[in-house]
Amino acid sequence: MNVPDETPVVAPGYDSGSVTRKITDVVLARPLGRGWLAGFAFAFALLMLLNFAIGWLLIRGVGIWGINIPVAWGFAIVNFVWWIGIGHAGTFISAILLLLHQDWRTSINRFAEAMTLFAVACAGLFPLLHLGRPWVFYWLLPYPDTMGLWPQWRSPLVWDVFAVSTYATVSLMFWYVGLIPDLATMRDRSAPRPLQFIYGVMALGWRGSARHWKRFKMAYLLLAGLATPLVLSVHSVVSLDFAVAIVPGWHSTIFPPYFVAGAIFSGFAMVLTLLIPVRKAYGLQDFITIRHLENCAKIMLATGLMVAHGYITEMFMSWYSDDKFDIYMTLNRMFGPYAPAWWLLMFCNVLVPQALWFKSIRTNPAILFVLALLVNVGMWTERYVIVVTSLHRDFLPSAWGIYHPTRWDWMTLIGSFGLFLSLLFLFLRLLPAISITEMGKLVLDKKESRQQ
Amino acid sequence: MNMNTWRSTDELEDRPAFRDWLQREFPPLASEWTNEASRRSFLKIMGASFALAGLNACTRQALEKVVPYVRQPEDLVPGQPLYFASALNLEGYARGILVESHEGRPTKIEGNPEHPASLGASDVFMQAEILALYDPERSKSVMNGLEVSTWDEFLALVVQEREKWKSNGGIGLRLLTGHITSPTLLSQIEVLLQEFPNAKWHVHEPLATKAPQPIYDVGKAEVILAVENDFLGPGPAQLKYARDFASRRRADSGATKFNRLYVAESTPSMTGARADYRYALGPRALQEFGTALATEASLPSWGVPILADLTRNKGRSLILLGDSLSEEVRQFARNWNRPLQIAQPLPSNGDSLSEFMQHVEAGKIETLVILGGNPAYDTPVDFKFAEKLALVPLRIRLGLYEDETSALCQWRLPEAHPLETWSDARAFDGTATIMQPLIEPLYGGKSAHELMAALAGNAVVSGYEIVRQYWHAQHAGDDFEKYWRKSLHDGVVAGSAGGKSSPFAPSVRAAASGSGLELVFRPSPSIRDGRFANNAWLQELPQPFTKITWDNSALISPATAKRLHLSNEDVVDLKYRGRLVRAPVWILPGQADDCVTVHLGYGRTHAGRVGNGVGFDAYALRTSDAPWGGSGLEIVKTGLRHPFATTQHHQSMEGRDQVRVGTLAEFQQHPAAVAQVGEPAPGGDETLYVPIAYKGHAWGMAIDLGACIGCNVCTIACQAENNIPVVGKEEVARGREMHWIRVDNYFEGAPENPRIHFQPVPCMHCENAPCELVCPVGATAHSSEGLNQMVYNRCVGTRYCSNNCPYKVRRFNFLEYDRNPFESAPVLKLLRNPDVTVRTRGVMEKCTYCVQRINRVRIEAEKQNRPIRDGEIIPACAQACPAEAIVFGDINDPQSRVAKFKASPLNYGLLAELNTRPRTTYLAKLLNPNPEAEKT
Amino acid sequence: MNQNLYGMMAEFEQTEELLNAARAAFKAGYRKMDAYSPFPVEGVAEVLGFEHTRVPLVVLIGGITGAAMAYGMQYYSAVWDYPLNIGGRPLHSWPSFIPITFELMVLFAAVAAVFGMLLMNGLPKPYHPVFNVPAFKLASQTRFFLCLQATDPQFGEGTKHFLTSLNPIAIHEVES
Repeated sequence: MNVPDETPVVAPGYDSGSVTRKITDVVLARPLGRGWLAGFAFAFALLMLLNFAIGWLLIRGVGIWGINIPVAWGFAIVNFVWWIGIGHAGTFISAILLLLHQDWRTSINRFAEAMTLFAVACAGLFPLLHLGRPWVFYWLLPYPDTMGLWPQWRSPLVWDVFAVSTYATVSLMFWYVGLIPDLATMRDRSAPRPLQFIYGVMALGWRGSARHWKRFKMAYLLLAGLATPLVLSVHSVVSLDFAVAIVPGWHSTIFPPYFVAGAIFSGFAMVLTLLIPVRKAYGLQDFITIRHLENCAKIMLATGLMVAHGYITEMFMSWYSDDKFDIYMTLNRMFGPYAPAWWLLMFCNVLVPQALWFKSIRTNPAILFVLALLVNVGMWTERYVIVVTSLHRDFLPSAWGIYHPTRWDWMTLIGSFGLFLSLLFLFLRLLPAISITEMGKLVLDKKESRQQ
Repeated sequence: MNMNTWRSTDELEDRPAFRDWLQREFPPLASEWTNEASRRSFLKIMGASFALAGLNACTRQALEKVVPYVRQPEDLVPGQPLYFASALNLEGYARGILVESHEGRPTKIEGNPEHPASLGASDVFMQAEILALYDPERSKSVMNGLEVSTWDEFLALVVQEREKWKSNGGIGLRLLTGHITSPTLLSQIEVLLQEFPNAKWHVHEPLATKAPQPIYDVGKAEVILAVENDFLGPGPAQLKYARDFASRRRADSGATKFNRLYVAESTPSMTGARADYRYALGPRALQEFGTALATEASLPSWGVPILADLTRNKGRSLILLGDSLSEEVRQFARNWNRPLQIAQPLPSNGDSLSEFMQHVEAGKIETLVILGGNPAYDTPVDFKFAEKLALVPLRIRLGLYEDETSALCQWRLPEAHPLETWSDARAFDGTATIMQPLIEPLYGGKSAHELMAALAGNAVVSGYEIVRQYWHAQHAGDDFEKYWRKSLHDGVVAGSAGGKSSPFAPSVRAAASGSGLELVFRPSPSIRDGRFANNAWLQELPQPFTKITWDNSALISPATAKRLHLSNEDVVDLKYRGRLVRAPVWILPGQADDCVTVHLGYGRTHAGRVGNGVGFDAYALRTSDAPWGGSGLEIVKTGLRHPFATTQHHQSMEGRDQVRVGTLAEFQQHPAAVAQVGEPAPGGDETLYVPIAYKGHAWGMAIDLGACIGCNVCTIACQAENNIPVVGKEEVARGREMHWIRVDNYFEGAPENPRIHFQPVPCMHCENAPCELVCPVGATAHSSEGLNQMVYNRCVGTRYCSNNCPYKVRRFNFLEYDRNPFESAPVLKLLRNPDVTVRTRGVMEKCTYCVQRINRVRIEAEKQNRPIRDGEIIPACAQACPAEAIVFGDINDPQSRVAKFKASPLNYGLLAELNTRPRTTYLAKLLNPNPEAEKT
Repeated sequence: MNQNLYGMMAEFEQTEELLNAARAAFKAGYRKMDAYSPFPVEGVAEVLGFEHTRVPLVVLIGGITGAAMAYGMQYYSAVWDYPLNIGGRPLHSWPSFIPITFELMVLFAAVAAVFGMLLMNGLPKPYHPVFNVPAFKLASQTRFFLCLQATDPQFGEGTKHFLTSLNPIAIHEVES
């Protein structure tokens, strides 16, 4: 991907100074725009909606949702899997692409990591809320309770607790460590004393010593090395919530790889959905160039194909297994009560990404944006189909049922966007959305490579 | 039982409960109920509770000496339930019961093994009576018009009236009752009628429209033909019939010869579901078939082998006919069946309702005393009972509820529940039972005996004395005390079978014949003729074939539905003889074409919070000349829809062999061929793990599908035993019913006339339980005896276990069901089984194999230092089952009954191919086809 | 020349200049010195005589500890502390114990990496003499600094002259 004639990852004519200025000014110099205020207000309103839905949930119980027997899991779990999936792009970009020396990641990794954190925050909400008795969630934590009872280690839900919390912690540290030098820059560039103080505290007194830099780089590299298997493990574990169960449509060995692919697929879709407006709003087209969008699109295409392969394998296996329950499940997905959802996800996740074969589309932000939105929808629908259609008709026809989400289900889903966007708006306003140090380094290296 | 028990009763009384209920910030409905329309019902309960608060003083243990059934402690041992023998009436016929009483609170009803009409089993109505006892909406005070009055004021009125009667011999005095078999009450009525010769007694029983058929020995019958006769369905002799029938269908008991059952009926019944041959015909065709049988002329081709079969076994064959068939055919059947007759029916000898109506119209009636029943609701619509009643100047009603009839009477006396009062009653065969009170009347009710005594001018005497005096008169001997105690203890009066009876023939004209659609009336399988309408357990009990709860429907056949372009939940107008009722449609496979079946008992207006406005009132179409229906029905589609709350949406087997059926012949040739089909269960060695050995006891259950009649009693017995909440129609519609054991119903074959299968499904207690594996907090785990246990306190409510349960037998408390309108009344706390936790919001629950019963027996056995005997532990479902289809025990003991069941080649595990190793297994169902009939 | 001097600092515009300066200073025998840059400059640390870091070792230890603790905890609680028959599975269902073992290994390793790095860097450290130099603000943005510390034996009158010989754009005295 480093062919010189390609669109540069940074528009020409920048030195480290101007890069620094441009990025920090977004936070320090730029006045509080009407656009930002409007956006934040909207996001905050949705957040309040989430609070309302949660409040009611705690008063009444999960019965306000559409769940029942047999479909005992509904939107809560769907949203959880969807959000955690989105949370995969950030770490993938910053860790895996770092190890692969993809210099183009530099200008988007900070943003993607932030997105990861917020997505994981949203995801983390749902497993708690979906409990019948959320106030005793801590019984899943590894300690012997008053009766000396521990968690039940064979349950994938316990694995989830560890996987998700580990992932959240590591992503947070990874993100913060990357921020430290930039916080120092903010400290040194911000005029007002209080700002200096706040950024100063957050920067931990970083002064860019050569020795520090050496340890810093090593630690950062190792973190990347650790985050790489971690990011793969998290969605594998999430997929085991289903794969370990005996429910037809869940009990499948292909789940881990195909969930991971799906996660990165949806993650990059979300990255594009957010980057395209943001780069425009903050005039960062010079740093987040068409090249970035195109590379994201390429990754979407690749992972999209893996996901499609997953679907096909799943169908093939249910035919090949000659298991009457499995075969029925597959047909029921295609032609049963939830058929529309299934066809929608096939359209969004299999058909739509094929457009990305064409460079003209990969390089057209407007189209990419729409496309990414569709993929987001498709991936949510995929989780809905997996969770609901598998449960609603399993082994005994006598126990078959149907699931309809209630308005409370929808409120919780929409509300979670509020949480996500609110955090994102604050991030854009308060922290450098692009890694200053790495960009500075990058423009320098580019200059050198041009001189040679 | 003595003073200290009444004290304990008082402690258990709901004052504290009620107080904290009042103080709660979120009263039950406001906080815990999603049903938006619940504010009104909330106010209603509030009313009920206030009323209750004032009534605490009335709740007192009976002071007379009643006799414990099994153990006889001088003083009650706290925590140890006592069992008392008594009886409950269905249309006047007694079914003997044992009532479990905790510290003076009756909590559970079981059948009395020594009683001929229960044989230790019970039916859904018996089980549900315990809820009726505590129903907060029973009438609670003597009312005179709108005034609250007192019993004494009423007695004062009676004194005046008696003066009048004495002068005129009781002209214009009328008694209106249901069917009565109580020897004491009958004698009291006799006394009254002797004192006032001009007074009259009329009898109205909505479901007994003809002289009842004699009782036959089904167990001895080789061949049975039932025409529109649901003898295995609810009825005074159901339990005996079911037991006898099932005893002839057991392959495990080495029986090489089954009985054979032919059924011809218009709408599927429990009997039809068990038939070897079932024919779906409309009433007209059935009548023709009946006549053809009697005259042996123009018999349809399919009828020929049946008649041949019956004739071949004459003397050992039965022809059972429904009330809708003509009297001459029924006479023919009675003669045919005579060799197997074991009991004459016991009709009351009162006069008919039609005569009563004539007197009303003629203005001959001045004083009317209505004992029980609910004539204003369930009398034939053409009698216009409700409006004509106004012609009677003085109307007195003794009733359990302030129902439709009470609403039309000035004097309304609260009736004491059968569990609150001394009385007696006879079983179908005349066997008498002396009914003991389990508790002082909760709401100050009076018994019919006390009222009759008052009318006879003897108000001071108590029900106890009345009943005792009667039996003293019956038993001249000087050992009366012993006789009395024994009768109470056993629950049957020795040698009382075949009591006195005299013929009673209500005037019944022949059903009007005609053309076009036919209408068929049937009692509701769950609330009977409407008398159980306010019983939430029964309202929520899924009806056997439709699985509909909280509703009745117009049942039509698939073909008819296609012809009339109707689909489920369409609302139609039923136009019948100039009358109209609006009813939602349900398409029922096995229903006869061009014939619409409606269940009676719904559409109540004064039933109470639970029963009001549930379903539509089919009595509005029921006329005296055609009580079981007739022709000339019109159906008009309204375009409206009515949502049903069903518990089973899908009744086809989908080619999965959950219910395995074969023929006796097949079984005898290749025993394994019937049950061992489909993918076999993996062997014990096919595992990577070390199999866990269950030393000591290993509890297991076997369910004989060949015996099950699908009566649902297991479901409701379980509900009563395990404090299972009622959730209401909205929640059932959402798929959240809480029953721990459900009776699945499958249709197999052509929808016109499918085979019908029942399959009770409790928790399978899998040895490799998938549910346990996925619980993150270990809230469900295996006991050392192989029980799949649910630890409510530990459950956080992920519901993962339910998802991973292939049988979907786990139930979740999506809301605080214990505080919903059906459960929150403080008085219902008295009903709770103290041995079973009441579950809170957000926890999973399921069948425990009645672990509380296991432990009680274990403790007893340890105290007596002996091993637990086989059959000593009986889960509620097994105990209630009339067909003895459910067997529970220790599968490690090869001598145990359950081990023998499981050894049978008919034994198979449901979904055993998943390697769940279920502890609950099934015995395949065997049919007994007739080679000749097979040819045609 | 005042006594409370932390060191002397030369300011450069280019990374190459910083590298050469550091090399020269090392040749000139200076050891107690440090270089400051807005982003890592290849090789400077080595030139200053800082060859290798112990961060990887710390991470390794963290990882091993995490894995051992995780598996130990599961084995202890499921087999010894509170054995339960869960769906007929053996008490020591080792395959089910792997995911948590892995996750905790990663968690501990990551925590070790971050805190190990910060501690070895002596961070957080709100105050440091170099901050006394106003121009040092640029160290986090565009400029590169080489600071020779007063505690170095080589440090003395000649130091300032030596630094000028490296023709930096400015020389600052760092108050301690």
